[in-house]
Amino acid sequence: MAGPRRGEWRQFWTTFRRNRLALCGGAVVSVLVAVAALAPVLAPHDPHRPDTKNILAPPSREHWLGTDQIGRDVLSRVLYGSRVSLAVGFVSVGIASMIGIVLGAAAGYQGGLTDGVIMRFVDLMLVFPRFFLLLAVLAFLQPSIWTVMAVIGLTGWMGVTRLVRAEFLSLREREFVIWSESVGATALRVVFRHILPNAMAPVLVAMTLGIPAAILTESGLSFLGLGVQPPYATWGNILNDGKDAIEIAWWMTVYPGLAILVTVLSYNLLGEGIRDALDPRLRQAGGRGRG
Amino acid sequence: MGRLRGLRWLALGVLCLGLGACNVIEGEEQAELASDELPAHGDTFILATIGDITALIPNITSDAPSHEVGALIYDGLVQADRNLNYVPQLAESWTFSPDCLSLTFALRRDVVWHDGRPFTADDVVFTYQTMMNPKTPTAYRDSFSMISSVEAPDPHTVRVTYGKPFARAVSSWAMAILPKHLLETYAASGTLRESPQNRRPVGTGPYRFHEWRSGEKVVLLANRDYYDGPPYIGRVVYRVIPSQATIFLELKAKGVDQTALTALQYTRQTAYPAFHKAYRKYRYPSSTYTFFGFNLQDPRFADARVRRAFAHAINKQEIIDGVRQGLAREATGPIRPGTWAYTDQVRRYPYDLDRARQLLAEAGWKDRDGDGLVENVEGKPFAFTIQTNQGNEERKKIAEIIQQRLKDIGVKADIQVIEWASFISEYLKKRRFEAVVMGFGVGTDPDQYVIWHSSQMGPDQMNRLSFSNPEVDRLLEDGRASCHEAQRVTYYQRFQQVLAEEQPMIFLYFADALPVVASRVRGIQPAPAGISWNFTDWFVPEQLQRYTSG
Amino acid sequence: MALFALRRLILALPLLIGITFISFMVINLAPGEPVVMQSEEQIGTQITPEARQALRELYGLDKPLPIQYWHWLTRLVRLDFGRSLQPDGQLVLTKILDRMPITLFLNGVEMFIILALAVPIGILSATRQYSFFDKATTVFVFTGFATPDFWLALMLMILFGVQLGWLPISQLRSPNWEYMSFWAQQVDLLSHLVLPIFVAVFGGLAGFSRYMRQSMLEVVRQDYIQTARAKGLPEQVVIGKHALRNALLPVVTILGLSLPGLIGGSVIIETIFAIPGMGQLMVQSVFARDYPVVMGNLVIVAVLTLLANLGADLAYGLVDPRIRLGARRRAG
Repeated sequence: MAGPRRGEWRQFWTTFRRNRLALCGGAVVSVLVAVAALAPVLAPHDPHRPDTKNILAPPSREHWLGTDQIGRDVLSRVLYGSRVSLAVGFVSVGIASMIGIVLGAAAGYQGGLTDGVIMRFVDLMLVFPRFFLLLAVLAFLQPSIWTVMAVIGLTGWMGVTRLVRAEFLSLREREFVIWSESVGATALRVVFRHILPNAMAPVLVAMTLGIPAAILTESGLSFLGLGVQPPYATWGNILNDGKDAIEIAWWMTVYPGLAILVTVLSYNLLGEGIRDALDPRLRQAGGRGRG
Repeated sequence: MGRLRGLRWLALGVLCLGLGACNVIEGEEQAELASDELPAHGDTFILATIGDITALIPNITSDAPSHEVGALIYDGLVQADRNLNYVPQLAESWTFSPDCLSLTFALRRDVVWHDGRPFTADDVVFTYQTMMNPKTPTAYRDSFSMISSVEAPDPHTVRVTYGKPFARAVSSWAMAILPKHLLETYAASGTLRESPQNRRPVGTGPYRFHEWRSGEKVVLLANRDYYDGPPYIGRVVYRVIPSQATIFLELKAKGVDQTALTALQYTRQTAYPAFHKAYRKYRYPSSTYTFFGFNLQDPRFADARVRRAFAHAINKQEIIDGVRQGLAREATGPIRPGTWAYTDQVRRYPYDLDRARQLLAEAGWKDRDGDGLVENVEGKPFAFTIQTNQGNEERKKIAEIIQQRLKDIGVKADIQVIEWASFISEYLKKRRFEAVVMGFGVGTDPDQYVIWHSSQMGPDQMNRLSFSNPEVDRLLEDGRASCHEAQRVTYYQRFQQVLAEEQPMIFLYFADALPVVASRVRGIQPAPAGISWNFTDWFVPEQLQRYTSG
Repeated sequence: MALFALRRLILALPLLIGITFISFMVINLAPGEPVVMQSEEQIGTQITPEARQALRELYGLDKPLPIQYWHWLTRLVRLDFGRSLQPDGQLVLTKILDRMPITLFLNGVEMFIILALAVPIGILSATRQYSFFDKATTVFVFTGFATPDFWLALMLMILFGVQLGWLPISQLRSPNWEYMSFWAQQVDLLSHLVLPIFVAVFGGLAGFSRYMRQSMLEVVRQDYIQTARAKGLPEQVVIGKHALRNALLPVVTILGLSLPGLIGGSVIIETIFAIPGMGQLMVQSVFARDYPVVMGNLVIVAVLTLLANLGADLAYGLVDPRIRLGARRRAG
């Protein structure tokens, strides 16, 4: 098993490397993660400390990105905000993927009644307007950073379920699976050892694309006042704070807005790049260099 | 004669000791009336409201936009004037019996409903019965529950009898009077909400209902047969725009003639020549105070020294500057400054961190392990959560500032912002909170029995902080049962002094109302009651009119 | 096929009941009570405990939840969604139908424009994979996806509404609409539509164009396309006729699935542009705890989606019975 997989990796890398947009995306994503990790070192000020004598100060040497309505340093808030925004993305997508993998694997591997029940449930969830559901549930729960993450995750697992199930459906019939089953491997072993690793590629892509979507969802919720609450700064709620002063304090909306834009864009380019590079048919296409 | 428009029914009777004793009323006072600017009828006046209008029988709504619209369509027996004094409206005059128990209104004889039927005393009796009908979903029954009978000896006289003296007797009759001939069957069967008049109202007021598109706008037309003379502005449009940022941009693009500004917009976003040309800004003290309140059932906050320590640690001026750009006046108690019951002769708590630390230490809170936080004898650090409702940026920022200031005296505060409906029912009603940042709108009357009396601590009742003080209880009871102002003043002044001493909440500020009106409108007279009190006298000179008014 | 449709519909019924039961419980167990019973901040409005209890009885909120649900469900069978708890006491159905046309109209127009742009973009970037065009449109559509829509909306309002004064800022009609001539009214309406539709289209382009590209890339590699090429058919015919038709099929499925997302996504656009549609109604009803309206909204959107899905499945099943995966859609 190990041999061919390493070969696949090499092939993946060869294709991926050729996609310059995806490379850029990947580079930016790495920088962002580093920035988030180093926020306490990089931030010049306490992101929560108000300074009412210095309200809505434009960018200056002291405050590179200006200050907000109660005089907090926007740069520090954007830096700290990157941690929370990225955390929201990662955790919610993590939750969604876990649920999606478990349910998708069960449905795809077991088939029959299990499959029927799970897929009906997926249909049920897909029929709900997700944003309405988010609104209703977040209004109901105590809004905190954790509930926002959990609710975004719990309403976003359906896509992954479908992906994993489809992969399982096709992998289940593959020789190496049938072979291990015939030599008496337990179902769990077959699933975790043989099928799942081979089914992870599309999940990885879905996760890469889910993170920016979650960040955007959080900013939309912030606009309605249901996003992550203070004292945490997120790009979404900095942006929302800034919208009432959008004309006199452009720095309050432009910078977090740009941060969201760049982040979401990079994740998407990266995700698409990975997908293209993983898909053998597309890889062929890339290799041939058409167009 | 002026008419108070706006939140009339929420207002309770009060006197202001002349304009001089009242607050600063800032308006960019217009150079009054050039000679060619004669009052003219016509034009359309457009207001923006952030909340949707819910229904048009004001007696069963409790949201500000619906009341604002209703105030133009309906009249009450009395109304508040520019100085918040109560003056006749549908009533020509009224007399009190010497024991304050019987109130007799003489009604105007020239009033007709918008559908042409004459207005009579039966309508008043009907309105009272409707308010008392248990099937009527109203929030204002309390104002009428002290009444033992309402009679109409003749079509133009109404006699109201009270079981015991009630201080708010006159002001409660500012409530909209409803048409009996249209609503009788609905009110009796408890289906007032479903009556056609709830969407196409018929009143006696200066404006007739024209059109209502849900979530979009309400259009009113001048009532040409109004008994007080038809209002000048021919057409009034309320536009529902649910985003504050959008309303402001509409204002800049001249799509809106009147709206309320935020403090930041007032100070920073409207200070340029083109805006001054198109609009006039006004500023006067509003009737809402913002406070930082404690749950007095919490043993830590039951100790007055802790509350006083917090009062010293919080710099009210910093908060006013920080979240209101200075556009607010410091609150020393729950009575609106400038009204007759107000006194500033109360204990103050200047910003003084040392004094705050000292008070905390007296109460047993000291930094015992050198971590910068204060602990009690058992070594438990002082940590609690400040809650506030979501959707109010000011309160959120206040919480953030308080959090930082308390940190300076070694107290750790977390902030939780909770969606409004859950905040009320899950936290406030169940007393599941430690401290809150909230606001209260006070009426024109100082009666605050339901907020502060110790009998009002039930789950559905309003004494949410669980404040209990025998002296305050007595003062509130006496103040409520007297109809002599001179007597009431002494009760309410003492009441404020006790509250200042006790600090059950830290009274932060009364915010200034900051309306802005298109400059083509003339006749605006800023007064303690605000600017909308004489809306029917507003006009646009003919050469400045912008719209046809139908 | 009719049998398949019937079976799906019958299967959908318990599904719908399941959905409504869960949402009914979630919504009613949610803390907070209808806003008509609040009025906390005005001392002038003093609801006595007795009055509150009377209100609860009036709205039927005093009964146990399962009984409330049963009442709701039995009325639903007769298409009776109940009355709003707001003081206007309107029929829920009236309230929703009042607002549905605007939302469906806006979403319809947006969808049409998105497809009109996304399909050609998808095809061109697939047939010219990794070309400059492909890269440029990739960055372009993802920029749209990545821009928070309320931010973009405010920027455009400031630019076109305030600075340049070319376009109206909010709502769908000018205040003096009644006094305009017929044609002026149409122009007025159109000019109000430009900004909201632009924001929605810019944001929604990525999903469909990327999906189209993906689908096209896959189809182009299929044997029959290679065969068609081998037969010497011109490339335009191969792509335009054979490939396009097959590549469009999965997009049809996504169309059906994207309905709830679209209507949900209207929440922000309707709020910022003050358009009285279903999204705005939903937000207001959730905040006001207007349970019947929230339930009605969820049910109606769910039914619409079920029907759209069924339609898409039927169309798809006719040609290709293989299982198709859900594609990534814009969150919400």
